[in-house]
Amino acid sequence: MCGIVGLFLKDKSLEPELGRLLTDMLVTMTDRGPDSAGIAIYGSEDDAQTKLTVQSDDADADFATLGDDLGRVIDAPVTLRRKDTHAVLSLSADKAGQARQALRELRPGVRVMSLGETMEIYKEVGLPKDVAARFDVSGMQGSHGIGHTRMATESAVTTMGAHPFSTGSDQCLVHNGSLSNHNSWRRKLTREGVHVETMNDTEVGAAYLTWKMQNGSSLGEALESSLEDLDGFFTFVVGTKDGFGVVRDPIACKPAVMAETDQYVAFGSEYRALVNLPGIDAARVWEPEPATVYFWNH
Amino acid sequence: MQTIDLEAQGLRALNATLQAQKDASNQTAWEIVNARGSHAIAVGLDAPIEVTVNGSTGYYCAGMNKQATVHVKGSAGPGLAENMMSGTVIVEGDASQYAGATGRGGLLVIKGNASSRCGISMKGIDIVVHGNIGHMSAFMAQSGNLVVCGDAGDALGDSLYEARLFVRGSVKSLGADCEEKEMRPEHLEILTDLLERSGSDAKPEEFRRYGSARQLYNFDVDNAAAY
Repeated sequence: MCGIVGLFLKDKSLEPELGRLLTDMLVTMTDRGPDSAGIAIYGSEDDAQTKLTVQSDDADADFATLGDDLGRVIDAPVTLRRKDTHAVLSLSADKAGQARQALRELRPGVRVMSLGETMEIYKEVGLPKDVAARFDVSGMQGSHGIGHTRMATESAVTTMGAHPFSTGSDQCLVHNGSLSNHNSWRRKLTREGVHVETMNDTEVGAAYLTWKMQNGSSLGEALESSLEDLDGFFTFVVGTKDGFGVVRDPIACKPAVMAETDQYVAFGSEYRALVNLPGIDAARVWEPEPATVYFWNH
Repeated sequence: MQTIDLEAQGLRALNATLQAQKDASNQTAWEIVNARGSHAIAVGLDAPIEVTVNGSTGYYCAGMNKQATVHVKGSAGPGLAENMMSGTVIVEGDASQYAGATGRGGLLVIKGNASSRCGISMKGIDIVVHGNIGHMSAFMAQSGNLVVCGDAGDALGDSLYEARLFVRGSVKSLGADCEEKEMRPEHLEILTDLLERSGSDAKPEEFRRYGSARQLYNFDVDNAAAY
């Protein structure tokens, strides 16, 4: 099944409320996906700084001196902000590649969730309300965010099998559905040099979009071509640094509702995820069309 | 008018109360507040009562309805009025996928748009959509009438049996074994009645009728090689 929520703010005065609104939407979608949950949040930007969001199953040991250790190796200041099993490492943008490499050697057990100037991804196994509480999602601020509640069908219930998936710098993907040709695409992408870590179908979808964009497609074009290349059921919601997109497969059996007001564009797998949003009674509410790419930008 | 606060009283209590109404009930008018997109509101009713839902509903609103009139003031989620036997269901807004699926009787009116698979496998229900309908609508529809005042999506009436489909606007594509048919006086009569009962001011003569070409009814020996 799975549940998706997304909120893209047009009105800056709502930005301090983003985490609270998204948490409420996410928790409402618990019965669509009680096994794990995750959120991608687009927060504030620091000049010339990149955020590397990482996760560890042994966070106390791995994160204790990670900022300093990493800083020494890349010879640049690194600040570490820990949130439960995750930590956000802020460092100079031109050191990001070096830092990822160093991280693999310094802390082999640490996994990179996301990289970007504004995006942070947090995801874990557990009930959405517990996951949101662990990361204090309701206290987060930002311009837009995407959340996912997972009911696993295609692969194991693990942190790395939870959504959102990062598809590139400041880009993420969440998925409701199941892809049926992910094994052949995993082989194809591996031959192309794209690393796919898990047996999860959505990770292949994310890697597919990354690969398309590395080869010159815009995100919109990559989504268009996914309609041709990916077989199966999907409602995808994607996030970019300043945008938010939705696409459903041509059969469109996975539910989707959208709402738009002067203040925001919101997405929910079901309408009940949207009922607490401000001004929802006067919002334009509609079901996105099948095989149609929707996009909003700041 | 009896008012039920769904949030305060809960779904089971709401449905149990409505299902307990009998033919001779004096309490014929019910209002449901705080619907907030909840699932399975006003299902399995079997009495001539009128239920108004203030707000939008989630999955499976007014399923298996008999006799009752259910009026949704907002929009309805997937599976609206599934397997309706009789009565009337009216939605002021839009309806999501497979509205009116497998319905055997009664009237379903959607004043906005209906999405994909509207009237799939309908078996006698009448459905009037004031707006557009999505793809694969009336798939394997067996009997009853589907009236669309707007446009129809892809593969309308695929593998259709004997349901009548009336569309005023464009049809993106017809499904297998569905074809346009002549509009005869008896069809205009059915259409006039349904438009009137559903509160539409569309003119019957603006519609075209679609039905089964009846080529899939029997096995054709010339196709044996395909199996």
